Amino acid sequence: MPKTATKPVRIVVAKVGLDGHDRGVKVVARALRDAGYEVIYTGLRQTPEMVVDAALQEDAQVIGLSIHSGAHMTLFPAVVDELKRRKATDIVVFGGGIIPDDDIAALRKKGVAAIFTPGTPLQEIVDWLRKRFPES
Amino acid sequence: MKVRARDAKELWQEEFEKAPVRDDGIETSTISGIPLKPLYTGDDLPRREEELPGQFPYTRGIHPSGYRGRLWTMRQFSGFATAEETNRRYKYLLANGQTGLSVAFDMPTLMGQDSDAPTSRGEVGHCGVAIDSLADMETLFEGIPLGDITTSMTINSPAAILLCMYIAVAEKQGVPASKLGGTLQNDILKEFIAQKEFIFPPAPSMRLVVDSIEYCAAEVPKWNTISISGYHIREAGSTAVQELAFTLADGMAYVDACLERGMHIDDFASRLSFFFDAHIDFFEEIAKFRAARRIWARWMRERYGAQQERSWKLRFHTQTAGVSLTAQQPELNIARTAIEAMAAVLGGTQSLHTNAMDEVLALPTDKAARIALRTQQLLAYETGAANTIDPLGGSYFVEALTDEMERQAEAYFKRIDEIGGVIPAIEAGFFQKEIADAAFRYQNEVEQKRRIMVGVNEFTVDEEEPLEILRMDPGLESQQAERVREVRRRRDQAQATNALNRLRKAAAGNDNLMPYILDAVRAYATEGEIMQAMIEVFGTYTETAVV
Repeated sequence: MPKTATKPVRIVVAKVGLDGHDRGVKVVARALRDAGYEVIYTGLRQTPEMVVDAALQEDAQVIGLSIHSGAHMTLFPAVVDELKRRKATDIVVFGGGIIPDDDIAALRKKGVAAIFTPGTPLQEIVDWLRKRFPES
Repeated sequence: MKVRARDAKELWQEEFEKAPVRDDGIETSTISGIPLKPLYTGDDLPRREEELPGQFPYTRGIHPSGYRGRLWTMRQFSGFATAEETNRRYKYLLANGQTGLSVAFDMPTLMGQDSDAPTSRGEVGHCGVAIDSLADMETLFEGIPLGDITTSMTINSPAAILLCMYIAVAEKQGVPASKLGGTLQNDILKEFIAQKEFIFPPAPSMRLVVDSIEYCAAEVPKWNTISISGYHIREAGSTAVQELAFTLADGMAYVDACLERGMHIDDFASRLSFFFDAHIDFFEEIAKFRAARRIWARWMRERYGAQQERSWKLRFHTQTAGVSLTAQQPELNIARTAIEAMAAVLGGTQSLHTNAMDEVLALPTDKAARIALRTQQLLAYETGAANTIDPLGGSYFVEALTDEMERQAEAYFKRIDEIGGVIPAIEAGFFQKEIADAAFRYQNEVEQKRRIMVGVNEFTVDEEEPLEILRMDPGLESQQAERVREVRRRRDQAQATNALNRLRKAAAGNDNLMPYILDAVRAYATEGEIMQAMIEVFGTYTETAVV
């Protein structure tokens, strides 16, 4: 559902899982903020339930997930499932981290809209969001 | 005709200024942003007495014989899936000429949780080996005589527990604790600063660190009780200077904490060890290692009044930079790692881990792990790098850069002091912000192509050939969860409960907790249970997230 032009897109950015590698998530959060998005960074060790809670409370249209521990095949789909359970499937989920190519296709099938791996230019993430939310 | 030196330099300067320079917009400062001259000469050499290896302040190395006496320890960090599988990998690495072990634990183990905890889902055995109790540790070292090898364990918040497990396995092998050699990372300050695997608040966290240092000084005297780590600070995005300064500042904070406990500096200082990153900017890294030794020696002798020479010597492990590796054209990572490893060797490291080319995608396959180890063997035996001690000592450039690193690190120590010390600076988010700023600055330089990452923002290919990667068995998590439940069923429950109760009571008092933890470990209390007992007394820490 397109949002009105006056309202900036709100993005909840979260570290799911147990690892504390927050370099990537912080760089991306800053870049998105600089690109004009409203960014809410939840901090570390968020469970899928906590992430969805935050997104609903913050009235976010997008959830950005970061993980470096190898638990992405469990935790990314768990966020999507939690959104389904809470009837909030209009919220777009994307993610990044150390994620092998084969897993990316599988994650997209499970409802993760995009995966950005190390080496992705920040502009590519911003461009993807602009395309997804052209009025933002 | 001989031109006088002064005139010759002026002539060079004139010619340099006339010569065309590249205008590709690529930075000529170090990767950390230290501006560099195009040429260094004798004018840049500091005026000081000649420095020599094995002599204070050890800029040129801590051993008078360098690698002629003994090569660095080739210590590949490794661990995945179950204790059984990792035990097989250790035997493989030892059979291939590796000279020390280094344990990588999975996330639940690092965070003090058992494999059957709800928040462990999806994480078990993924980025290291899953260890829940003494039973797993027994399997991990099955057939490996702990009296004959040294082992490094990368673990922090629950470090005391894993050390106790190691001691308990040795007991079962008939090896007394006094014979054990190895290193416990046990560096909680850099967890708050960079890696973020903290559990307890800073004060009880520091108590546990000091407890283990104090205990080992008496009972496990050959053990390196802490590995004060710049690696994670650097990987989180810091500059080389920040890595150097924050790590040494952490080191001094541990020294202060031990002195406060009433220990004598020379009783523990020589068991403190360090761990640095070897990044891709070759000369800057070498200068960093050299500066680290000099700064530490001065502070230990002059500020802390350590009397024994061994207390002044900074010994360190190095790992090549994980963040310099690229998922694109990953075979290039072999070349990057070789260059970084060479910097570590020329910087005089005591031990080294070389990353495998596929570590940017997953844990290494057997083949990738072997190439990484072979890279070190090649450096040691083919290149001649080990033949001459500190071969870059006296280089105009490297000496000037060493001094510059030292100067900038000292400036950071002043700033940290002004904030009130390391822990107040952590609580104020000082380090975290400095690192995040540096990471963001670097990323922007890459985006603007002022820094080139080969295969990423230049020299790319359209179609990548996929690399074969290590996959975990999906059934692993439930097997490991079942294993820990089995341990709980089979142990003497009263013994475990009593040990945990005694630990809880001791945590509320002032006793050294190591003997209590060791008892709980021997009773097959699980890691998660032991942590939980301490959490009930100490509470947990939550970071205010700064972007």
